[in-house]
Amino acid sequence: MSQPFRLNKEGLINRNKKISFTFNGKKLFGYEGDTIASALIANGIHLVGRSFKYHRPRGFFGAGVEEPNAKLQVEFNGHSEPNVNATEMELVEGLSATSQNCWPSVNFDVGAINNFLKMFFPAGFYYKTFMWPKSFWYKIYEPFIRKAAGLGVASIEKDKERYEHKFEYCDLLVTGSGPSGLASAYAAAKNGAKVILAEDKPRFGGTLLTDDVSIDNLSGKDWAEKIITELKSMPNVTVKNRSQVFGYYDHNMLVMFERVSDHLETKSKFTPRQRLWYIRAKETILSTGSIERPIVFGNNDTPGIFLSAAAKEYMKVYGVLVGKKPLIFTNNDSAYETALEFKKNNVEPIILDTREEHSSELIDEAKSKGIDIRFSHGVIVANGYKKVKSAKIGKLNKDKNSFEKIETVDCDCICVSGFWTPSVHLASQSGNKLKYEEKIDAFIPDKKKQHETSVGAANGSFTLEESLKHGFENGSNLSAKITETKTEISIPNVNEKKYGAHDKFWCMPLPKNENPKRFVDFQNDVSVSDIEIALREGYRSIEHVKRYTTLGMATDQGRTSNLNGLQLVSNIENKIVPEVGHTTFRPPFTPITIGTIVGREVGMEYMPTRKTPMHEWHEKNNAVFVDAGAWKRPRYYKQGNETLFEASKREAKNVRENVGICDVTTLGKIDIKGPDAAEFLNRVYTNAWMKLPVGKARYGLMLREDGIVMDDGTTTRISENHYHMTTTTAQAANVLSHLEYYLQIVWPELNVNVVSTTEQWAGAAIAGPKSRDMLSKLYPDLDVSNDALPFMGYKEAEFFGVPSRIFRISFSGELAYEINVKSDHGLFMWEKMMEVGKEFGNQPYGTEALSTLRIEMGHVAGPELDGRTIPSDVSLNGLVSKKKDFIGKNSLGREAFNVERRQKIVGLIPIDRKSSIPEGSHIVQDQNAKLPNPKLGHVSSSCWSVENNNPFSLAIMKDGKNMIGKKFFAVSPLKNKSIEVEVISSHYVDPEGKRVRS
Amino acid sequence: MLYIKCPYCGLRAQKEFSYGGDATVKRPNINEEVSSEEWDNFVYMRKSPRGKHVELWQHIAGCRQWIKVQRDTATHEIFQTAKVTEEIR
Ligand SMILES: [Zn+2]
Repeated sequence: MSQPFRLNKEGLINRNKKISFTFNGKKLFGYEGDTIASALIANGIHLVGRSFKYHRPRGFFGAGVEEPNAKLQVEFNGHSEPNVNATEMELVEGLSATSQNCWPSVNFDVGAINNFLKMFFPAGFYYKTFMWPKSFWYKIYEPFIRKAAGLGVASIEKDKERYEHKFEYCDLLVTGSGPSGLASAYAAAKNGAKVILAEDKPRFGGTLLTDDVSIDNLSGKDWAEKIITELKSMPNVTVKNRSQVFGYYDHNMLVMFERVSDHLETKSKFTPRQRLWYIRAKETILSTGSIERPIVFGNNDTPGIFLSAAAKEYMKVYGVLVGKKPLIFTNNDSAYETALEFKKNNVEPIILDTREEHSSELIDEAKSKGIDIRFSHGVIVANGYKKVKSAKIGKLNKDKNSFEKIETVDCDCICVSGFWTPSVHLASQSGNKLKYEEKIDAFIPDKKKQHETSVGAANGSFTLEESLKHGFENGSNLSAKITETKTEISIPNVNEKKYGAHDKFWCMPLPKNENPKRFVDFQNDVSVSDIEIALREGYRSIEHVKRYTTLGMATDQGRTSNLNGLQLVSNIENKIVPEVGHTTFRPPFTPITIGTIVGREVGMEYMPTRKTPMHEWHEKNNAVFVDAGAWKRPRYYKQGNETLFEASKREAKNVRENVGICDVTTLGKIDIKGPDAAEFLNRVYTNAWMKLPVGKARYGLMLREDGIVMDDGTTTRISENHYHMTTTTAQAANVLSHLEYYLQIVWPELNVNVVSTTEQWAGAAIAGPKSRDMLSKLYPDLDVSNDALPFMGYKEAEFFGVPSRIFRISFSGELAYEINVKSDHGLFMWEKMMEVGKEFGNQPYGTEALSTLRIEMGHVAGPELDGRTIPSDVSLNGLVSKKKDFIGKNSLGREAFNVERRQKIVGLIPIDRKSSIPEGSHIVQDQNAKLPNPKLGHVSSSCWSVENNNPFSLAIMKDGKNMIGKKFFAVSPLKNKSIEVEVISSHYVDPEGKRVRS
Repeated sequence: MLYIKCPYCGLRAQKEFSYGGDATVKRPNINEEVSSEEWDNFVYMRKSPRGKHVELWQHIAGCRQWIKVQRDTATHEIFQTAKVTEEIR
C-alpha cells in the first residue's frame, strides 16, 4: 500500500516500523512516530469530521493542541474514548478511529441540511430559536439538539485503566521544551537546582525541530537533542515528555497531565494509563511558545486549509505533504519558511502576501528560488466542498477593503499565517493581568502575581537569539536565588533568518453580492456575521459577546479564534483591542480525562475502610454491614432466609429477654489527662463534673456555643487526673477538634491534654437481663454484684489473662456492661464472650437492633440531635446545670428557645398498631388540608417495638408534651403514606429506668 | 490548593488543614456576666472582609495544633502564620 503524500526521506518518524490502524472502518497504515493526523494526511485523507452547528465537512487545521476540528472517537487498548485530538494522539497498533458528529457517515451527513438553513442558526440561536412553544423543549428541541450537537460518545463501560496521582516539589518547573525552555532548564540545572522540564509533545525541542536555524554550528534539532541528553543525565533534573502542564493554581501549585502509556502497544500490568502531577514549584518558567493566528476568509473551514506552521511541521517532523499544489496566504514572513520547505521537496507553492511589495531576508530567498510571490494579494474564498479544489484570490486596493483584480487559481491546500499569538494561558491562570503589546498585536504577561516568569515566544519574543538569551538568564538568576550557586554559561552563537514586519490585517473583505461563511471559531461554528449580529443586538462587553456567540468556548479555548474575534469587535466598535479587553483563561489548558482527575480513588479506594478487630468474625457469621462514616458496622446477623426486619426483631427481642453482645469499637474514645481535667469537663459538659469520684462514669451532654446539642456520651474517671470520654461514632473527630480548640485557644491556662484512643480499644456491650450472670462467668474472680459494680460503676480486671476495663453503662436501657480491651485482643474477647454466653442464650446484635432498643427506651441519638435541638427539646434539661457556666450556656436564655409551644420530643404509635411510620414524615392535624399543610413536627426515628409488638416512633413536635393523648396524621408524600397516630411519651419502655439499675 | 506554613511543622498542603473561622473573635470569659449583645456578637456576628483577614486553621492531619493565618480572601495570598498564642499585626 502506498502513501501518496508521504515524502521519501524527511521526518523524524521510524520508517522501519509500520503501524496498522483503521479509520471509519478502512484499514490504513502509518509509521511509529506518526499521529493519527499525520498518518491520515499521508494517506490523502482530509475529511475527518463534521462541524458542530452546520455539519460542514471539516479536516485538519493544526498539528498539535491548537487543532479545532479533528476530534475523533478512538478505540484502543480495549476502550473507546470520544473527542480525541487527532493531531496529538500517537498512532498505536490496532487503533481504530471514527468520525464524530455525523450521521449516517462523514461523507453523507443528514445534519448538513443545517448548512443550507443557516438563517435559523445565527448568533444566540440557543437562546432564540428553541424558546417557543415552551412545551416543545423537553420532548422535541432538547433531544434534537443533544443528538445533533453531540460530539463523541462517552463509554458507559467501567473504565478498566489505572490512573495515578503524584505529588512533587521542585525549585524550578519549566513548561515547554522549546529553545527558551531548554535554555532555562539547562542554566538552572547547572546551578544545582531541582528542575522539572515538561513537554507536551512526544519530542523535545519545540520550534527547534522545524525552524531552519543553527546554534553553535549544530542544527536546532541536534542542539535540542544534545541539551536534553545532558539534562537527562543530571540527578537533579526530571525530564518529562507527553506531559501537559494545564493548570496554574494558588501558591505556585501547577498541575500536569502525563500520558504514560497511551502510545504503547503493550504495557505491564500496573503501568498507569495517565498520571496527574501536583507540582509545588518555587519558581516557574512559562516557555509555552506561541500559536499561529489565522487570517479569516470565505469558506476558510474547507478541508485542506492549514495553519502554515502546521504544514511545515507535517513535512519536517512526519515527512508528510498536506498538498501538492499549495497556496500560501500570509501577512508576515514566517510563512515563507513553509513555502521554502515545499520548494525543497519539489512542490511549487504560490505565495499570496497581503503586504505591498517589499524585501526581507526570507522574501529575497524565496524570490531567488523562483517561488511565485504575489504581493497585496489574499484568498477571498476557498472552493470545494469536501476538499479545497481552487481558490478565488484577489489583489487588494490600497485601503484593503476592495479588490483591484479577482481571479481563480487551482490548489489542493491553503496554508494560512496571520502572525503569532503568545500562549499566555498559564500566566493568566496564575493571576497575571495581561497587557496588550502593539508591536505583535497580541497580549503578553504583565506584572508577576505569583512566582512565574514567561520567556521566549510566550513572552512575545519571536527571535531565537532573544529567546535563548532570556531563557539562560532567567533560568540562571531564578535558580541562583534558591541554590545560592551561580555557574557561568556562555550564550551560544545563533544563526537565524531575520523577519520583516507583519501586516495588521486579519479578515479578508468580500466582493459585492458574495456571502460565503467566514469562520472565526471553527470548533463552535462562529462566523464573522455572528459577531456582527451580537454587536448589532447591543452586546458590548467581550464576555457577553463570547457567551452569546459561544466564541472561544469550545474545548480548544479559542486558541486560534480569540484574537481574531477581538480584532473584529475592535474594528466594528472603532475601539483599539486593549480597550475591548480579553476573556478569562481557565484551566484546563487542554482537555484531560476524568479518570486522571479521579486517580486511584475509585471503588473500594474511594476512601479508607475502617474495620473493627472483630470484623473477620462478623464476616464469618453472616453479618450484613452498614457504613458508619468510614467504619463498617454489622447491621444484623442473617440467619437462614431472614429479612433485615425479621433479624433485627429477633436480635432486639433476645436482648430484652436474655442477653446480647454488640461491637461498640466504633464509638469515639478520647483520653483526657491533667490536673485541670475535671474543671475542663465541667466547662465542656452541661452537667456538673467536679465531684465525680474515681471509678465512676457519668453521662454528659455537650453543646455548641449557640446552645444546640453537639454530642452526648459517657465519661469515666479512671484515676485522679485521668478521664476516658466516649463520643458518638459520627461526632468523634469533631468533638476532638472542639476540645483542642478550647484547650489551645480559649483556655490555654488549663493544664489538660487530650488524645484520641478510638483505635486503641476494642469494645463490646453486653446487654440484657442475663448480662450479670454472663459477666460473672467472664470474670469468675470478680465481685460483679449490684453493690460492688452498680449502675455507672467502673472496674479494671483481667479478662482471661488480658487487661480490661468494665463500664456499667447502657444504651439499650437494659442491665448492661461495656468491656474494653486493647485492640489486639478484641477478637479474642469477642470469641470468649460467644463461647461463655451460650448457656445464657447470648446472640450478637447489630446496629438495627441497637436502634430499636434505644428508640423504644426514648434514648436520643443522631436523628434527634440533628443540629436544631436544644437540651429541653429532647427532654435532657435535667442535665443542664443552673449553678455553673459551660459552653453554650448563655445561648439557652435566647427568646426563641424559651417560647411557649417550643418543639419537644414525643413518642408516636399508629392507631391501627400495625402501620410503620416512615422516618421523615410530617405531623399534621388534617391529612386533607389544603397545601401547604401546616407542619406540627417531624418523625425522627422509627422502629418496631419488640416489647409491645407494634410500631413506635420518636418525633420532634411543637408543644409536644401537651399533645400527649391527642391524635394526628403522620404523612410522607415521599412514600405516599398517611398514617393516623397517637402521641404518647417518648419513654415507651421502662420509663422509670429500673432495668439499668437492677 | 493553598500552601500553609504551620508554625510547628513548616509548609504543608491545604489538604492537611481544616478551616476554623475568624481568629479575631474572643470568647467572653467563663463564669463572668455578659450582656446578651456581647454574647450575640461573639456567637453570630462576623465580618466578611475582602482582603486581609486573620483566620484560624487546624493542622488536623499533622500536629493537630490550631494556628493563625493572615490571608487575603480575594487573592489567597498568605502574609503570615503564627501560633494562636502569638499576635498577628
Ligand atoms: Zn503542624
